Amino acid sequence: MTIIFGIFLLTLLVITAVAVVRTANLFVAVMLLGIFSLLIAANFLLLDAADVALTEAAVGAGISTVLFLGALALTSERERAATPHRWLSLIVVVSATLVVLYATFDKPTFGDPEAPVQQHVAPWYLEKTPEYIDVPNVVTAVLASFRGYDTLGEVFVVFTAGIGVLFLLSAQHGHAARRRPDEDGSNIGLRDDLIPRVVGRLLVPFILLFGLYVQFHGDYGPGGGFQAGALVAAAFILYALVEGEDRTLEALPFNALLTLMVSGALLYGLVGLAGIVFGGTFLDYSVLADDPVAGQHLGILLIEAGVGLTVTGVLLAIFHAFAARDRF
Amino acid sequence: MELLGLYHYWVFAILLMIGFYAVVAKVNLVKKLIGLSLFQAAVFLLYITMGKVSGGTAPIFQDGVTDAVFSNPLPQVLILTAIVVGISTTALGLGIVVRIKEEYGTIEEHEIQEIDRR
Repeated sequence: MTIIFGIFLLTLLVITAVAVVRTANLFVAVMLLGIFSLLIAANFLLLDAADVALTEAAVGAGISTVLFLGALALTSERERAATPHRWLSLIVVVSATLVVLYATFDKPTFGDPEAPVQQHVAPWYLEKTPEYIDVPNVVTAVLASFRGYDTLGEVFVVFTAGIGVLFLLSAQHGHAARRRPDEDGSNIGLRDDLIPRVVGRLLVPFILLFGLYVQFHGDYGPGGGFQAGALVAAAFILYALVEGEDRTLEALPFNALLTLMVSGALLYGLVGLAGIVFGGTFLDYSVLADDPVAGQHLGILLIEAGVGLTVTGVLLAIFHAFAARDRF
Repeated sequence: MELLGLYHYWVFAILLMIGFYAVVAKVNLVKKLIGLSLFQAAVFLLYITMGKVSGGTAPIFQDGVTDAVFSNPLPQVLILTAIVVGISTTALGLGIVVRIKEEYGTIEEHEIQEIDRR
């Protein structure tokens, strides 16, 4: 039954992707991309990747859609030119597809427990997590502790991308100034629409609460800093869409966002250094407490908090950078 | 059912190439970034598909359950972080597109090249 549902979802995925590429209206394409993200999140859930599904739903269907729409508002909503060299591109793409399809016949069958990828280090992680880390969620254990170096790198990539967007969009262009709010306070966000406003205001606290739950429950169930950061950012973006950007900046000023970005990355790095100071190696949490397992728990809690802070800060800073820029 | 055992990988190949087509054939820069997102999503799907074990469940231990089969946690970790990094790099790309629009007044690739040639 699940496999039929999976095949149905995958087919829908292909149809949505074709529609995304075919439509000339970029607004429609972005909306379809949001649906595509939601569908692929459902697929991830069927493939036992609960953490990934949560991240994709929050990031792909939520934040990515808002960022694309922000960019469309500053550029244009229609694709003007027809596709040149269409047949040449199609021939190249179709032949490349055939090559990749040919390669898939060497793949082990779907879900094969004997596949090489299941034989390598994965059993070791599954076996040793209860002994070394003792948190139920193996994904969190691998992400935060066994492969803490990778995650540190990813956090810095997110941080760098955030800085890059701020650099690009804070440049002043001739007469393009930052957008000024209307004097009478109308036409900002959805402030004049009763139903979206009431529903939005009701939802925001619950999304924030869920974000905190996901942040601190990440050791025991699906969740962690990346997902929580995306959820908290989504809550503030919803508030900005409903109440206008200036009120969101009153609640959480731009400088606070920059502080969040920097402090999250710093916290992660400092936990790593604390490992060295207490006589271990970089990002070795076992030495942080008297009991190695308790040390691991403390380390994971701290670095997940760091990840959550940076991701929230970066995503919101990027959103504000797009929203504050006046249409040229 | 034996034949459908590779269906996930076929969908991966087709999605990958739909994204690739948008990147090489479309001249609108936002459309190219959308294509890049599709391409990226296809790679995510490939990784997560490889980690799936038949009859398995999400790799989270539960008290009192000892005979559970778990899917591979490693691809999930890689993709989880890749999704967040992906949105950050997409945002960077969108930032560049917005700046191009402000400098050139267009986001169609051939018009930008035309202006550059002058």
